[in-house]
Amino acid sequence: MLALPEALASSPRATLSFDSRGLSQWDAGLASALWQRLSALDPGRVVIDSGGLPPGLAQILALSMPQSAATTADPEQAPRGLALWGLWATASSQRLTATLAFVGSVVLSMGRLARGRSDMRWSDLVWQVEQTGPRSLPIVALVSFLIGLIVAYMGAAQLERFGAQTYIADLVTVGVVREIAALLVGIVLAGRVGAAFAAQIGSMRANEEVDALQTMGVDPVDHLVLPRVLALLIVGPLLTVFAALVGLLVGWAVAVLLYDVTPLEYAYKSLSALTLPNLLIGLLKGTVYAVLVALAGCRQGLAAGRSAQAVGDATTAAVVQSIVWIVVAASALTVIFQRLDW
Amino acid sequence: MTTALAPLHPKELASTRLPARTDAQALVHVEDLTMAYGENVLQHDLNFDIRSGEVFVIVGGSGCGKSTLLRHLVGLQAPTKGRVLYGQRDLYDSDDATLSALRREFGVSFQAGALWSSMTVGENVMLPLQMFTELDAQARESEARFKLALAGLPDSFDSEPSALSGGMKKRAAIARALALDPALLFLDEPSAGLDPISSAHLDELLAHLCHDLGTTVVMVSHELDSIFSVADRVLFLDAQSKTMTALGPPRELQRSGPKHVRDFLRHGGNNATGSGP
Repeated sequence: MLALPEALASSPRATLSFDSRGLSQWDAGLASALWQRLSALDPGRVVIDSGGLPPGLAQILALSMPQSAATTADPEQAPRGLALWGLWATASSQRLTATLAFVGSVVLSMGRLARGRSDMRWSDLVWQVEQTGPRSLPIVALVSFLIGLIVAYMGAAQLERFGAQTYIADLVTVGVVREIAALLVGIVLAGRVGAAFAAQIGSMRANEEVDALQTMGVDPVDHLVLPRVLALLIVGPLLTVFAALVGLLVGWAVAVLLYDVTPLEYAYKSLSALTLPNLLIGLLKGTVYAVLVALAGCRQGLAAGRSAQAVGDATTAAVVQSIVWIVVAASALTVIFQRLDW
Repeated sequence: MTTALAPLHPKELASTRLPARTDAQALVHVEDLTMAYGENVLQHDLNFDIRSGEVFVIVGGSGCGKSTLLRHLVGLQAPTKGRVLYGQRDLYDSDDATLSALRREFGVSFQAGALWSSMTVGENVMLPLQMFTELDAQARESEARFKLALAGLPDSFDSEPSALSGGMKKRAAIARALALDPALLFLDEPSAGLDPISSAHLDELLAHLCHDLGTTVVMVSHELDSIFSVADRVLFLDAQSKTMTALGPPRELQRSGPKHVRDFLRHGGNNATGSGP
């Protein structure tokens, strides 16, 4: 056990020297043990004279000691209790402010585009529309088919108990067109597109590609965010229409094939339920959710750290944030439209 | 149809080298600059000018804040304290339009190149030309091929950045930084990782740009041969005292600078001058 003289702790000024004449051999363990003890000493109070150490050991310590001086600051006390809540509240407030500033910068960017002074390249918008729209069709179709099937099947099973299976068309049309299609599109886009946006922009940030744009005088919001937001602004309502059509067709198939509703009767009921407010509300929701996904993905990408781990974290955060924003928006819009009796 | 231009041979460039400009007009004025990451102060109270038409090299030990200073100079990271002035304009107290216009005077090459990975090398160099000039597609391509050839990459126009080696990425990034013929060129360790011939070629290119075309070059570098070859003045950042400890021509610092600066420059001085400090 290596111990330093106790006098070192109390002496205001001391010199520590060594006598290693009895030391026949040494290894890295001794160097490490000595370093741990010597680096904890206050260099202003204790002068270390390593002349008595074997030359190799003294040199190793000399190499390590200057670095140790810079790292021997008192460790900060980890925050506890109320301080933790304070830190959490401060961090949340900063995140909210940054998010609002980001949304504001996107709005300003749209203003620059409207005035013809944006750095956005139209070819990027076309490319993003292609990436987010047509390539999302298969997964949107699959999810809409399955969810439409569940809604129609479960709804019809309940309605049949009252002999009211002809109302399947109303249930499916209102449910799918007004709520479910938009929600499905939002969730599919969050997983498929929002995550991709965060990963793309986060990687660019980690590789200093975003810095390269900025130093060239190109606004990253114009160049990277705006094409993505506009692409989903275009693609969102189109995918919502597509998802609704798939859902309606599934509902028709379930009602006609399993519950003996005639095709014409289903079509008539469905068209009756397909009012303009239902259609517009569905489209509006699909658009809002898609834009929220784009904003969350781009925001997390631009806020990502400069490491692979940080890009992964940004991707996860983008999906989670998109879904949370979608659910909050869905609740708020549903309440608003119900209150307005639309 | 345009053809790739052959890169200038170092000797050809050397023949165009002119004596250093004598005007000492300050292009950039750094005033009481303090840089920090949170509570961790990297450097404090930096005061210096960067003169028009000079090659200004920032040196110092690892972790002393050289690249961070470069980020402060190009407007990517606001200082904790102090100002960065371009003429009379404070870089961090300018509106977005002014800042954007100012940045278009910059060419910046980052440490790892930072090429846009979704574009080819040629598209990387052409993007600034597409965004900020009225050149047609053919002229843009011709200009981009010229800049790539100048940086020693005449055959990489259609390559993907992922297909380039680290050194080639740096040279492509320099070509992109040169695309708009900037008044100010910021380079973060441009010759690190380059082979000796490419490194010498780059030095000659910088000398040519600076002395013949009047470009001001601000460079972070550890390559002492390169420093002695091209630098007009060297700023030494000290990691221990966390401030600048020397500023001047490299040979002058090598002769009469503070001891730690002379130590830093010693090996490069031996190589570059053939005589010790």
